[in-house]
Amino acid sequence: MAKIRIPTPLRAFTDGAANINVAGGTVGEALVNLVDQHPELRDHLFNDDELRSFVNIFIDDEDIRFLQGLDTEIAVDESLRIIPSIAGGRL
Amino acid sequence: MRVILSSALQQHIFEQMEATYPNEGGGFLLGQVDAKVVTIEDIIQVENVFAEEEQHHRYAMTPQDWIRLEDEADERGLSLIGYYHSHPDSPAIPSEYDREHALPNFVYIITSVMMARAEDMRVWLLRADRSAFDSVALQVS
Repeated sequence: MAKIRIPTPLRAFTDGAANINVAGGTVGEALVNLVDQHPELRDHLFNDDELRSFVNIFIDDEDIRFLQGLDTEIAVDESLRIIPSIAGGRL
Repeated sequence: MRVILSSALQQHIFEQMEATYPNEGGGFLLGQVDAKVVTIEDIIQVENVFAEEEQHHRYAMTPQDWIRLEDEADERGLSLIGYYHSHPDSPAIPSEYDREHALPNFVYIITSVMMARAEDMRVWLLRADRSAFDSVALQVS
């Protein structure tokens, strides 16, 4: 199965696990499987059905936005990583 | 929940945020979480990569910065526990932009820099339902 690495702040929603095994042939399917296993992650990863703008999914060093997005195909032993983009600003 | 920060690290943050004024600056917080106490062990300043003309009211890091610092924290037996940034000539209160880009279980330290002088530091946590930030007690030791 593919594996997704969870960023530190979201591990509270995966019982502390840093890596979760997921099923699916694409990044989108893998993320759906991830939030099926850990539903509290959904609101922090998705806004409706779209990835939140500050949520990045990397396969090795590549951002899926520069591949085929959620339709990017993944191998059964692929390692994915959820990477937040930190941003802020004043009122 | 309370957050413990040494006076030396607080001073470093103030100096960094005054140096980046009138633009926003920031960085990562590394440390330990023990029950309801968050202890900040180190701060790592990170370059603001927002478009230069917007840096007076916006701050951003790259995803690669997150990867680098999360891996460094792991290697040092620490955790990536939050981030800090400045609000130039504005209060140390999270904006709607802050909330939209925030994560729960992550400490947000905001420093208000008024006329190039760091004047206030406050700590915030996003609620699990993403609806708002709550203020967190800061203990400067």
